[in-house]
Amino acid sequence: MAQVIVVTSGKGGVGKTTSSAAFATGLAQRGKKTVVIDFDVGLRNLDLIMGVERRVVFDIVNVIQGEAKLNQALIRDKRVDGLCILPASQTRDKDALTREGVQGIIEELSKEFDYILCDSPAGIEKGALLALYFADAAVVVTNPEVSSVRDSDRILGVLQSKSKRAEEGKEPVKQHLLLTRYDPARVERGEMLKLDDVLEILAIPLLGVIPESESVLKASNSGNPVILDSESPAGQAYADAVARFLGEEKPHRFIEAEKKKGFFGRLFGGRAA
Amino acid sequence: MSWLNFFRTRRDEAAAGSNANLAKDRLQVIISHERVSRTREDFLPKMQQELVAVVTRYVAVDPDKVQVNLERGADLSTLAIEIELPGPKGKLT
Ligand SMILES: Nc1ncnc2c1ncn2[C@@H]1O[C@H](COP(=O)(O)OP(=O)(O)OP(=O)(O)O)[C@@H](O)[C@H]1O
Ligand SMILES: [Mg+2]
Repeated sequence: MAQVIVVTSGKGGVGKTTSSAAFATGLAQRGKKTVVIDFDVGLRNLDLIMGVERRVVFDIVNVIQGEAKLNQALIRDKRVDGLCILPASQTRDKDALTREGVQGIIEELSKEFDYILCDSPAGIEKGALLALYFADAAVVVTNPEVSSVRDSDRILGVLQSKSKRAEEGKEPVKQHLLLTRYDPARVERGEMLKLDDVLEILAIPLLGVIPESESVLKASNSGNPVILDSESPAGQAYADAVARFLGEEKPHRFIEAEKKKGFFGRLFGGRAA
Repeated sequence: MSWLNFFRTRRDEAAAGSNANLAKDRLQVIISHERVSRTREDFLPKMQQELVAVVTRYVAVDPDKVQVNLERGADLSTLAIEIELPGPKGKLT
């Protein structure tokens, strides 16, 4: 039986797709058979972030409507073994995605994969509800920013009431906090919420802190999930988070501002890598 | 050291430029394909069904063993349809 993980946030643009791509790639790098599903019907983007946009033939809606078989719609990653992508439909409307259809897909994928990652759309409407409904675990992506933290709290409430596990009175969906776009220098200057503040408010276990990093933009430009950039702080932070998810102990990094730079360093090198 | 840093930063910026060009190239290819498909129906599912129907008139194939691989390019795209035919005994698995 595969474990179903939803990557969700409530708020838009906080880094769900970036995190889904990195996390799925990281799990596959560690030998876990992993499929990542784009639930953002009408606005698919995971294919671009994964760099497989030119190879999309069929999508999740084609499968649900019986126009293609599941294994015809799965795109096998060429960089990492055991990693597959199931794209969202770009043209159909959101109603094409049904709970029964998604259930069928997840059941079939469960036979072949260890992990099924669901990249949720923003909001708490149908698409987001479907993405989280079958989840065993949730990675709640949050930015250190007031509206993001509030929306994360709302999505935690939804996980506790509207997921299949909640409806069936089973053991609740396991919740993990992934704090992304964290900028320790701005936190130090008091411009941004601290990690401890966010943890105190949301009160769920911390999976990782992903620093604000230029490498994320570089990664999306080239269509390589940032975790493949093992030199970059964001790539390393995602790799740590994957290791923790699999039960390893890893100290949290990238939560302190770098030591002060010299005069010239500040003049010429003031950007995060 | 600081001047070295200065030059390194400039070089990094140039590299970032080519990275952005890569993004532009990828977008031009995919967006031109998407614009076309917006104006006419997606023919791939239907074409695949018809191909399988033709093939099944001659051999018993498992529809599950039909793979459609597409690679979109700027000037040309390639479409590879792979149909796994059963062995000489013609048995379906
Ligand atoms: N750690 C980071 N450092 C810098 N930029 C980041 C980081 N994480 C994400 N971003 C940027 O934030 C933007 C939004 O990211 P992404 O698309 O992953 O968010 P999302 O939550 O999936 O958005 P949506 O709600 O629209 O689906 C992108 O431009 C991405 O490059
Ligand atoms: Mg997204």
